[in-house]
This record gives sequence, C-alpha cells and structure tokens, in this order.
Amino acid sequence: MLINGYEVVVGLEVHAELNTKTKIYCSCRNSFGLEVNTQVCPICLGMPGTLPTLNEKVVEYAIKMGHALNCSINRICKQDRKNYFYPDLPKSYQISQADIPLCHDGYLDVIMDNGDVKRIGVERIHIEEDAGKLLHSDKFEGSLVDFNRCGVPLIEIVSRPDLRSAEEAKAYLETIRSILKYIDISDCKMQEGSIRCDVNVSVHKPGEPFGTRCEMKNVNSFSTVVKGIEFEARRQISELEAGRTIVQETRRWDDQLGESVAMRSKEDAQDYRYFPEPDLLTIVVPEEKVAELKATLPELPNAKIMRYVNDYGIGRYDASMIVDVIEKSEFFEKCIAAGCKSPKILSNWVLGEISKFMNEGTAIEDTKLTPEKMSELVGLIADGKISTAAGKTVFDIIIKEDRDILSIVEEKGLAQVSDESALEAIADEVLAANEKSVADYLGGKTNALGYLVGQCMKLSKGKANPGAMKEIILKKISG
Amino acid sequence: MKLYEFPAYKLSEMLRNKEISSRELTEAVFVRADEVDQKVEAYLSRDREAALKMADAADGMIAAGKNTSRLCGIPVGIKDNISTTGIATTCASKMLENYVPVFNATVADKLEAAGCVFSGKLNMDEFAMGSSTENSYFKTTKNPFNLGCVPGGSSGGSAAAVSSCEAVVALGSDTGGSIRQPSSLCGVVGLKPTYGSVSRYGLVAFASSLDQIGPIGRCVEDVALLQDEIQGHDPMDATSADRSYASLFDGLNDSVAGLKIGIPSEYFGSGVKHEVAEAVMTAVRELEKRGAKAVPISLPSTGYALSAYYIIACAEASSNLARFDGVKYGYRAKDCDGLIDMYEKTRSEGFGREVKRRIMLGTFVLSSGYYDAYYKKAKLLQKRIQQEFSDAFSSVDVIVTPTSPFEAFGIGEKTGDPLSMYAADICTVTVNIAGLPAVSVPCGYSAKGLPYGMQIIGRKFDEQTVLNTALAHQRAFGEFRRPEL
Repeated sequence: MLINGYEVVVGLEVHAELNTKTKIYCSCRNSFGLEVNTQVCPICLGMPGTLPTLNEKVVEYAIKMGHALNCSINRICKQDRKNYFYPDLPKSYQISQADIPLCHDGYLDVIMDNGDVKRIGVERIHIEEDAGKLLHSDKFEGSLVDFNRCGVPLIEIVSRPDLRSAEEAKAYLETIRSILKYIDISDCKMQEGSIRCDVNVSVHKPGEPFGTRCEMKNVNSFSTVVKGIEFEARRQISELEAGRTIVQETRRWDDQLGESVAMRSKEDAQDYRYFPEPDLLTIVVPEEKVAELKATLPELPNAKIMRYVNDYGIGRYDASMIVDVIEKSEFFEKCIAAGCKSPKILSNWVLGEISKFMNEGTAIEDTKLTPEKMSELVGLIADGKISTAAGKTVFDIIIKEDRDILSIVEEKGLAQVSDESALEAIADEVLAANEKSVADYLGGKTNALGYLVGQCMKLSKGKANPGAMKEIILKKISG
Repeated sequence: MKLYEFPAYKLSEMLRNKEISSRELTEAVFVRADEVDQKVEAYLSRDREAALKMADAADGMIAAGKNTSRLCGIPVGIKDNISTTGIATTCASKMLENYVPVFNATVADKLEAAGCVFSGKLNMDEFAMGSSTENSYFKTTKNPFNLGCVPGGSSGGSAAAVSSCEAVVALGSDTGGSIRQPSSLCGVVGLKPTYGSVSRYGLVAFASSLDQIGPIGRCVEDVALLQDEIQGHDPMDATSADRSYASLFDGLNDSVAGLKIGIPSEYFGSGVKHEVAEAVMTAVRELEKRGAKAVPISLPSTGYALSAYYIIACAEASSNLARFDGVKYGYRAKDCDGLIDMYEKTRSEGFGREVKRRIMLGTFVLSSGYYDAYYKKAKLLQKRIQQEFSDAFSSVDVIVTPTSPFEAFGIGEKTGDPLSMYAADICTVTVNIAGLPAVSVPCGYSAKGLPYGMQIIGRKFDEQTVLNTALAHQRAFGEFRRPEL
C-alpha cells in the first residue's frame, strides 16, 4: 500500500508476559491485579546478596513459541544483563538475552483481510524479566512503585521489517496473540499489559533503500498500533515532502494527544552495557526436550482456519472468527465429531447464539447444551424439518433444560409443513386474496413474489417450508 | 592458655566433653574483644545479648545431645558483607549504614543451624574493594602485629579479629585475594575455596564470577572445620556446584610423601620482596625433606592477570552496585531536584572514592565501543589462565607461591597510589580468575616481626590436598606466632 507514493515499512517488537505459575527467577506467584507489593521476595526486590535461579518453564514456553513461529532453537544460550537506572527496576539491570537469543530466524504466515497469505520474518525470540510499575496519583506526592510485576517472565518476539501497512501489523499481532493463546503460554490480556509492543516505522519510495526508522514505545493496544503507525508514517512523509530528513530517534505514543512524541535521539541512545549474567549458568536444553516440546504443539490457528475453509466449506472470515476463540472452535469441533450434518449452518449458530452466551461470560459447559443436541438441532434445520426461526425457539429451551428436541418440536408445533397438498391449499388461499400482487408480479414487479410468500408463511403460522412454498407459488402464477 | 586462645577444634572437644560451656566461651571472647578491640578495631558491630542467647541455645543442644556439628557452641565472626537477619550488614559503606537484611545468607543459616554463636560483624574495605581495610567508611582496622600497619584487605577485620583472638574463627570473602592477603598480613590461615563450593546467596556481590566466601582460623584444622560447615550445594545459588562434599577435617593428613609441588617462576620475580620469596622457598624445602618434590613450572600469562582481573571485577561491580540508587533502602541524599539528581547525589555521597573509581572503570570497560577491547579480551585471557593452570595441574599436585608480595605496610602508605595498592593482589588474583582453591599459611616473619604468608593452590574441588599440604607445613614450621596486645 502506498501513501503519496511512499511505502511504509514496519517491524514489531512484541513483549508477551508468560503465564507460568511462578516468576522467572524466584518462587513468587506470577499473577496480576493483587495488592501492591505483596507478590515479592528479597530476590525479585533485588535485595543485596540475592541471586536469581532460572524457572525452566520459561525456557520451555519460549521454545514452544519458537516452534510455533518456525524458529531455529539455540539449545545452548546465555542470559545477559541490560543495565539502566529506573525506580521500577530494583537491581538497576534487567536480565535478558543479548547476542544469543533462545529462538531465531523463523517466520509467521499471516492471513490478511483479503485472504492473501503473507510471510513475515521473525528475527528472534528471547526471554527476559519484567520490571515493576510506577504509581502516580493525586492522592499522594511523588511516585510510588509496585514491585509485584518484577520478575514476571516475558518473551520478546522481534519481527523483521516485513510489514507494509498498519493493517498488516494488526493482522500480524492478532495472529501472534492467537498463537500465544493456542499454545497456552500467555493470558494475552492487553488491558492488563500482558502483551506490549514497540513499533519501528520507516517510509521510502518503492525501489529505493529503506528510510531511517523511528522506534515508537508505549503502544499498548492493537488499535493504538494502527493509529500509531498511520500517524508516524504520515509524519515521516510530510517531513520528507517538506525537504527535511528523518532523524533516527525513539518516540513515545501519547494516546491522549493521538500522536507520537520524540523521547530521545540516536545520540542520546542509552548504552545498556550488556554483558553475560555471571549469576546464572549457560542454558543447555537437551535435543530431546526441544523435539518433545515441538510434539506438544496443538494445531495452530492458521492451520485450523485453512482446514475449516477447505474441509467444511466455511468462509475464511467466519472460520477465523470461530478459531479466534478457543472455546468456540472447541465446541464447533465437538459438534462436528458428534456427526453434525452442516458445518456451514453450525458455524452460523456458533458465531450467533452461542457467541452471545459466551460474550455474556457463560461457558457452554455450564449450560445444558451438548454438542450432540446442537448437532441434532442443526440437522433438523439442514433437513428442512424446522425453520431457522423455530430452531431459535428450540435453542432457547435446550440451552436451559435437558430436554428431547423432537418432543419440543412436537409440543410447540414447530415442525415445518413440507407436505405438497397442504402447501398448495395455503397458496390457493393467498393467491385468491391477493390478485393485485399477482398482477404486479406478472407485470414485472418481482418483489411482489416475496410479499406473497410472506403471506403464505403468515397464514401457516411460520410452519411452511419457505423454499417449497416459493416454488409452489411460482408454479401456480406462471403456470 | 586463655580460653579465647584455644583453637576451635580443641574448644569443640571441650564443649562436647562439657569441660566448658558455650556461654563461658562466648563471654571469654567478648571480654577479649572488650579489651583489645579499641586498639585493633576489627568489629563493626557486636551484640553480646544476642550472642549469649545463641550460646545458651548451643549449650541446650549439647546437653540434649543434639549437637551434630563440631562447631556447635563456637563463636564465629562474620564479615559485614554477609547478610544476617536482623543484624546490620553495612559492607562498611555509608550507603548501607542503616541497612538490616530481612534474610540470612545461606552460610549464616548453616552456621545458625549448626549451633554457632555470632561473635559480631567484621570490618572490611567498602564493598570488599581494597587490600588494606582503609576503605572502610567507619574505621581503619589495625594489624595486631603492629598497630601502625594495615591488616590487609578486604577481609581485614576478619583476619585481625582471628589473629588477636577476638574471634575463634571468622568468615571472610575473597574476590581477588581478600581472604588470603589479610590472612597473610595478620599471620593466620585463610582459605579461598573453589568457586562454587560455598553458596554466595546472601553475600553482597562485588564481582559475582569471582566472589567466594571462605574461612579464616589460627590453624589449618580450624579452617577445615569451618569450611566443612559452610561448603555444599545450594539451590539458591545457580553457580553452586551440585556434587558431594567430604569432610575436610576428617580427611586431614600431614603426609606429603610423593606430593609434587609446582613452583611458578612468575610468582617469585620482580615485585615480590626477596625475603618473602626466601621464606616461601624455605618452607618448600622443609616439605621436600618430608617427601614432597618441588618442580619448577611456568604460568606465562600471569603478567596479564592483574589487568584482566580488574577489568572483569570492575565490570561486574559496576552492575552489581547499581542497585544502590537511593530508591529502596540504604542511603538517600537529601534536597534532591528530581530523580536523576537524587541518583547522582545519592551515589556520589554514599560511595567512597575507591568504590566510585571501580564503578567508573567497570562502566567504561562495558561501554559500547570498548566492550571488545577490554571486557571481551579480559574474558579470553581468563580462559587462557584457566588453561595454563589446568595444564600445570597435569604434572603437579599443588602450586606454591607467596600470598602477598610484601608484608603488612604502614597505614596511609599506599592510599594515595591505587595502582601500588592493586599490586598487593598480584599473587592472588589468578586463583580467582581460574576458580581454584588456595590457602594462605604463615611461613615466616620480617625483622620487625611482621608475618609472611605462603599460598598453596590446588586443583578444582581439591581443598583436601591444599589443606593437607598446609597442615604438613604447619607441623614442620611449628607454632605460628601470636601478636602481643
């Protein structure tokens, strides 16, 4: 996509908090939203004399992500100290990985909105610890610091500059988030900051070398990523158009202003003085472990979407909507396994009525609806035994009560009338009462047909099979 | 002989035989310190009540037959960079003047569990940086053999307290010689154990890859006894070695028949005082008389070791000491104008000159553009030095050198010239760089009665051979002199 003849080039650094039980270097609980400074110990507080010991689960989780993003795994790697002063960083250094990341040189195939698949390079994935959080309020002077988040394990996923628009960046991020959820290594709650993002943006004219990039920090939601990239691209283009050059700098996204603000230039870039963390040993992951972790990967969301499209004939958008929520896709597949006749109709129900329940916070397991019942209901609709509207009446009952579907259909008189002679009788009555509409139709007003079918449905109290009804009417008036 | 003068291993027997109580012994050690510490100034803090409580607990354990450790009831002095719950741990710095840890170092836990008594926290060079204990923010410890001289450093308080019988035994820490050099200057025995054999958890870090806690005593037996208590794998320290640790005290043996002693020419050349080298060689010849064989060897990279050491140690220190920023604990400057100003004033006022010098050196060598020229090269040199030692140990069992190139020097004599102070570590830093065990034992006295020390270096985790050689020397040499106070 070109803006004023410029191409936008984007690279993303995604930080995802891992959902391990404990923190990365101590045995404190790793959980969000607890009372300030209660999930801390001398180690994550960086008290003098304390030492880190690595939580091996963190390495396993990161390798899983590496596999999911088709990376090579550095079975032997190290951890390094990144030194800088800030009050939320109690040791005044962050334990991270510098020149040898755990995973490197992978890629991610992203399905774009138009259905195209684009391969985005993944430069590296490394493990590191999170910092604490500064608290500011009118209620107290100065700043306070909450150390609960110190030592929460993070992976940083660094893409290559392969993204060419804000939309592509968003699609990439959504795919990353979806994978993190599928392999169950992160809670992926943006509002809790469990995924955070730094965005690198540059612009250039196609065919020319890449432009100077600016890094934007503090981009904390997917919609901000889009806004931020669009703003930054426009800013850089207008700079260039005005005959100025782009200065390599770090900028901060200001959500309130809706723009990026310069933080520091390349000259003021912090020197983190990385060096190997002497308190920790070299990480050595046995080859079998790497293979074992690969074997545990579930079917990943992209593969699932393609399978739904190819095997079940579901539209790509609908398929991705189902796959995006693990519970929906699990229920969907259970129904298929229970012998559901029409995956297409099923997908409408999953994205419609069932999503409504889930969005209200009710798990399907907590209702009376079973995959078997759902399959039976879809089957009745697919076979024309009941209408979609009648199906809704049945659904509203079987989600609350464990009842036999056919007896509901009978009790409520929901069975669709498909018997030809009964339908003909209805048609005759309606045609006789609506001669004008018949004339209109014959005179070329084709929408009169819909009105006539509607009248038939009304007369049958919704029980007539609308498809069969329409055919009978057509036969009678044009016959 | 006064009670406080007895070695720990004898006191241990007396306690077990109920000839004395731990309370009695603890009282004696406190009274001794009351008498001489105004002169020596080894301790930074002592808590008699708390110590007597620990002594009573030890006596209770002995009475109940629950004294599984030989050190039960023995007073131990602790260097003030080893964390002790509820007891100020200052690292002899203004920065941590009022810092009281909420947790015990693993070694402190072990000593408590063994029924040891803490006789107090001992003075040191600030954050263990120095070779004279003159860098303490609080006081300058004196050499018990000559109160006008330094005790060495950085564990100067520990060595002086043991030497003057203000402590029975003590813990020090050694990053480049900080146990061995003061032990040498104060005429006591000090062991720097193999890197990884004693947990560093709770030791306020100076240079993480080189730091090691170790014992100081008045004889080899006591050093073995204390090392037995503190060595062992600790899951809290990832660099701690997960292996089995046999009792060194039980393994003590003074036979050196067939022992091959490497004599590296590089440690006896320029910079090392002739008399010191002579005393060491005299001791070696005594060992030869008992069946050992001295073999000349070469450790050619020794000349670069001091540079490599100061680069690695300062680099790690610049990062380790970054946490002292005034935000969470310790000193915070007053009247600050914003965060950066608070950082700058706090660290400018809270650290002493030598600490700041090393932080600046370390920051420099890690800076982008200089990393490869300094830190990376130093690490390469470290590999080479390790290789040279490992090659040497394929043909010899121990390597013997002087501990310090000279005896104790006058207070104030070297403070104006940091490089000449750094040279005091010339014989000891290689051992830390290579991660090896080494002991310093007294091996002679200057005309003015100041002790010389001999360093015995061993293979990784072969503390036993190191201490056995030291014991053979101790028996050949006769009683080490005690200072008159």
